[in-house]
Amino acid sequence: MSLIKSLLAGSALTALTTGVAFAEPALIFDLGGKFDKSFNEAAFHGAQRWVEETGGTYRELEMQSEAQREQALRRLAEVGANPIVMTGFAFGDVLTQIAGDYPDTKFAIIDMVVDAPNVQSVVFAEEQGSYLAGVMAGMKSETGTVGFIGGMDIPLIHKFECGFAQGFKATQPEGKVVINYTGTTPAAWNDPVKGGELARAQKSQGADVIYAAAGGTGIGVLQAAADEGILSIGVDSNQNHLHPGQVLTSMVKRVDNAVYDAFTAGTDLEPGVKVMDLAAGGVDVAVDDANKDLVDAEMQAAVDEAKAGIASGEIKVHDYMTDNSCPAS
Amino acid sequence: MKFKDSLIALIVLGICLVWAVIDGGAASQGIGSALRLMTPLLLACLAGLYSERAGVFDIGLEGKMLMAAFTAASVAYLTGSAWLGLLAGIGGSLALSLVHGLASITFRGNQLIAGVAINFLASGLTVLVGQNAFGLGGRTPALTGAGRFQPITLPFADALRDVPVVGPIYSGLISGNTILVYVALLLVPVTWWVLFRTRFGLRLRAVGENPASVDTAGVSVTRLRYAAVAICGILCGIAGAYLATGLSAGFVKEMTAGRGFIALAALIFAKWRPWQALFATFLFGLLEAIANLYPNLDLGFITIPSMFMNALPYILTVIILAGFVGRAIPPRAGGEPYVKER
Repeated sequence: MSLIKSLLAGSALTALTTGVAFAEPALIFDLGGKFDKSFNEAAFHGAQRWVEETGGTYRELEMQSEAQREQALRRLAEVGANPIVMTGFAFGDVLTQIAGDYPDTKFAIIDMVVDAPNVQSVVFAEEQGSYLAGVMAGMKSETGTVGFIGGMDIPLIHKFECGFAQGFKATQPEGKVVINYTGTTPAAWNDPVKGGELARAQKSQGADVIYAAAGGTGIGVLQAAADEGILSIGVDSNQNHLHPGQVLTSMVKRVDNAVYDAFTAGTDLEPGVKVMDLAAGGVDVAVDDANKDLVDAEMQAAVDEAKAGIASGEIKVHDYMTDNSCPAS
Repeated sequence: MKFKDSLIALIVLGICLVWAVIDGGAASQGIGSALRLMTPLLLACLAGLYSERAGVFDIGLEGKMLMAAFTAASVAYLTGSAWLGLLAGIGGSLALSLVHGLASITFRGNQLIAGVAINFLASGLTVLVGQNAFGLGGRTPALTGAGRFQPITLPFADALRDVPVVGPIYSGLISGNTILVYVALLLVPVTWWVLFRTRFGLRLRAVGENPASVDTAGVSVTRLRYAAVAICGILCGIAGAYLATGLSAGFVKEMTAGRGFIALAALIFAKWRPWQALFATFLFGLLEAIANLYPNLDLGFITIPSMFMNALPYILTVIILAGFVGRAIPPRAGGEPYVKER
């Protein structure tokens, strides 16, 4: 009996101390998985950077199914993790429901707007980064046809598509964008075989630069493009190094910065909507050793011009998610 | 062959012909793509055919393919040889087959539950081992050179290229695939011959219909079913290896993306027969290829979205199951563990 008592007391104590003393931040990865070479991996790098700089520790969880979301959030909030950062629009509904139950816990959600007094919503201006990628594709394409391969068919990915199409049309007004989506279920994020076939199908329709915004499926797209001798554009993380000299650029979304900032702010995380656009360094096109031979001075100038135009408001890149339509297609 | 049996074949050839007439270039690309997409389905479908004909239902095709894709990609990366990768793929899949056999034949467990367990096991194990071995979150490093099965050019392909009709079909479609595609195609007549022209095949089919009679004749039901399950494992192994080292260049978690289940649908569609399996899987591959090439297929009077094309295999299977195009009757002893004495 006394043994059980002391055990109980001990566990109660640890529960208390974890709740009060260590307000560890937590990071939840979405279904794409922590090492998707893309979106979630960028979040992971941000967290690691925070660990290296502060020596702190954080909790992490990787979603395995849709059903785990609420449970995961509640569990982390109850063990005292603060702030809790989650990657992915899919957490939106669940967070809306539970944020009120934990008023002392700060949440940050990436890619979705949740209106609650203890939630920071980080949204990226993907259309602006994709616009730049479109400009580069337009400069590079000789056939006048480029391709876009999206993962799951959701408005967020249409935002990439629409920005890309606008940038491309700004450079080649008569050009054509071939658009494919991998599927309508989360399995569409992890189907490199289908991604490869889609890339081959787009090549047969004349596309010579293909932009993949499709998580793990994109790995198949980049591979097939390299095999077929055409160019591809990576997404979210810098994917230029996957096939050096055969990936034109990557539309990087600095999810790592968002996570790093949230972790650094800790419990002082400011609620509200935080827009990570081109000016804030939230999105960009990556140029590094792997693709520098593909980007000539003329193309770089065009990109810089587009950046300046977007910053000054001269170029208005339409955001698909504001009205679910795209002027460029 | 009765008319009803050759219906799928006629539909498939019809689609190809119409497509070729309307847009030859796109048809050639699309049919090539269909052939590639068909291969893993066909192999998995034949794998299921052996197993289910012997009375062991196999929901675990997906998991076995996934495991095979992982072991094949890992070994191909470590050794730099796609052939050793293929062997490893077969080994990985075979190991899961033995688990399935042990659970559902030796211990007379529920075959469906054993299959589902295999899917979960493969899904978790591949990522876990992959993460520990390569630290890429379950992905394997990209394969290059001899680590992948390269397309091979068949003899006379270049010489025949300019011959009308035959040229494009032979040089453009039949030649230039990886060797595993030809293996898969060759396995169709082989399977037909084994099942319907050999003593082993006769016994295999009998054990799926009426195991007691086989037992009475003094033939071991257990051994026959294990043999069938092992063949199933080998074929799933080839399918998985083709996914990881033929079609793409490495393993990505959950990369089978439901192909094992589509193969099961194809198996029902084909009513558990090899030639029909070929045409059913080719039809499914063709539908996917059409959906890839024309995301919004405009037929003039109606526009078909790609979602519908992707759902069509399942819709067709439901139609078949509902008995509109002849009934699909599974092997009678399927799903039942054989109990010799009570």
